[in-house]
Amino acid sequence: MTDTSPTDTSSTDDIPIAYVPDLPRMRETPEQLRARIPGWGADLDPADRPSHPKLHYAPDSTGAHWRFPDRQPGAEGRERSIEHAFVTPVFGTAQPLHGASGQIRRLAYRRFSEARLAHWLLLIAGDRVDAWGSHLRSFTSLRPDNPVTQTGVLSEFTASGTSRSGRSDRRHHLLDPVIVAGPWVAAAGVAVLGARRLRQRVAS
Amino acid sequence: MRAMTYRGPYKLRVDEKDKPRIEHPNDAIVRVQLAAICGSDLHLYHGMMPDTRIGHTFGHEFIGVVDEVGSSVQHLEVGDRVMVPFNIFCGSCWFCARGLYSNCHNVNANATAVGGIYGYSHTTGGYDGGQAEYVRVPFADVGPTKIPEWMHDEDAVLLTDAAATGYFGAQLGEIAEGDTVVVLGAGPVGLIAAQSAWLMGAGRVIVVDHLAERLEKARTMAHAETLNYDEHDDIVVEMKKQTDFLGADVVIEAVGAEADGSCLQHVAGTKLKLQGGSPVALNWAIDGVRKGGTISVVGAYGPIPSAVKFGDALNKGLTLRMNQTPVKRQWPRMFEHVRNGHLTPRDMVTHRFPLEEISEAYHIFSAKLDGCIKPLILPSAS
Repeated sequence: MTDTSPTDTSSTDDIPIAYVPDLPRMRETPEQLRARIPGWGADLDPADRPSHPKLHYAPDSTGAHWRFPDRQPGAEGRERSIEHAFVTPVFGTAQPLHGASGQIRRLAYRRFSEARLAHWLLLIAGDRVDAWGSHLRSFTSLRPDNPVTQTGVLSEFTASGTSRSGRSDRRHHLLDPVIVAGPWVAAAGVAVLGARRLRQRVAS
Repeated sequence: MRAMTYRGPYKLRVDEKDKPRIEHPNDAIVRVQLAAICGSDLHLYHGMMPDTRIGHTFGHEFIGVVDEVGSSVQHLEVGDRVMVPFNIFCGSCWFCARGLYSNCHNVNANATAVGGIYGYSHTTGGYDGGQAEYVRVPFADVGPTKIPEWMHDEDAVLLTDAAATGYFGAQLGEIAEGDTVVVLGAGPVGLIAAQSAWLMGAGRVIVVDHLAERLEKARTMAHAETLNYDEHDDIVVEMKKQTDFLGADVVIEAVGAEADGSCLQHVAGTKLKLQGGSPVALNWAIDGVRKGGTISVVGAYGPIPSAVKFGDALNKGLTLRMNQTPVKRQWPRMFEHVRNGHLTPRDMVTHRFPLEEISEAYHIFSAKLDGCIKPLILPSAS
């Protein structure tokens, strides 16, 4: 704590204010705060706050010059939440569904609403299948995945990587390399075991 | 064009991608001049957001120059310099008509529980983001605004999310004159939330974090008192002591899914993905606010359930308010505050990286190395 002065909510005696009916006392007057803090109280009146009032109905203030937008072409076959009546008139077209991960994701969208945990777990499974498929495909390309450059981990040596010493988050930071490298190590282990078994079978 | 692409949890690279094209009559293509990495981008980077596809380009904080417009665009012209809210919104659905731009129903086919966001997975619509040389901007007549001549580019880019979210977070707290406001998290959103709490008449503003450089920034930039939770056995007890055992009138939760403070919760939520994030800060907010008080949640969480202490929230009679920020609704008033020096977003920028160093930028920001509070990205085409 940098400020050791008494709190503004102290009661008039030594009983903490939570146990008595006293009104809180401000530690500094509005005038003192206004002198010390740039703009103090400028939005004191809720009417000056942009989110006031809630649910303010002002459809003519948005810049929209349509009641319902033109429909973007290409909605046929695009995945959508089954909580929607239709594919929204405008949608993203980045990274369309493909391959095994696409099938998993399509199942999540077609079968389960957003209210179902299965929807989200399937999407996460699709993400991992997508990542692994992509890693494997990268090794058949001229630009294979490189966990050293892609994780930016070398910045540990150039950006005061030791500066986290004494911080409580350093414990879980130690887990990051395990999470990144763990699946690769496990996959390599499985590959080595498989190769050994295959060799033993061939030899026998 | 050059663009940051996701290669799996903790892995990114810069790829050559096709330049985006007009796909709807009200689209614009914007050449990005300046982008930022948001704390919530780290949730994608760490593989926490479902349906984050390989090859996705992140980035929902960016400004740039209009490069191309669709046939129905009336309010923008090629060459205009624009700031683009992180929300993609139509301006005409039931929700947009009532100012809930972050909850637009016409832009995200993949989910109804969240609106459209640039570069934030297919769960928010499947739009590539602005950590690239060019980006597709739907509803160009609704979202973007021309950058005022007097505004600094770094203020402009921060107003597209982090600063607007901090200001919105203070509003959700419904702060009254003299209130004691605790802000959990001294990142970019928390710092602006602390500045904003004063604008709304707070009597005390206390910022909680554990990173020394961020707490120092909270003291100098936001004139706040600070608490380092690493220095206290139980931060909730300390919050009670600081408020004469009453609890704070308002707590603003500006941390979200990757909260530290409990290694077990962090590992379960962030590393093992067993819940939709680590709810440590949210639980501290519930326990640290006074009975009958208000919690404002602007920290981001995933859609998977989290272990939140809802019983305490009920028993204490709390008001919980939250949303993704409807950014554009904040701007006219925020522009006044920035121009008057009441809000100083660019004071929190600590790092500027070229796009080609995106992997290092994410690692440094994620691991909080080198005193990093807010990193900006400079696309090479700019």
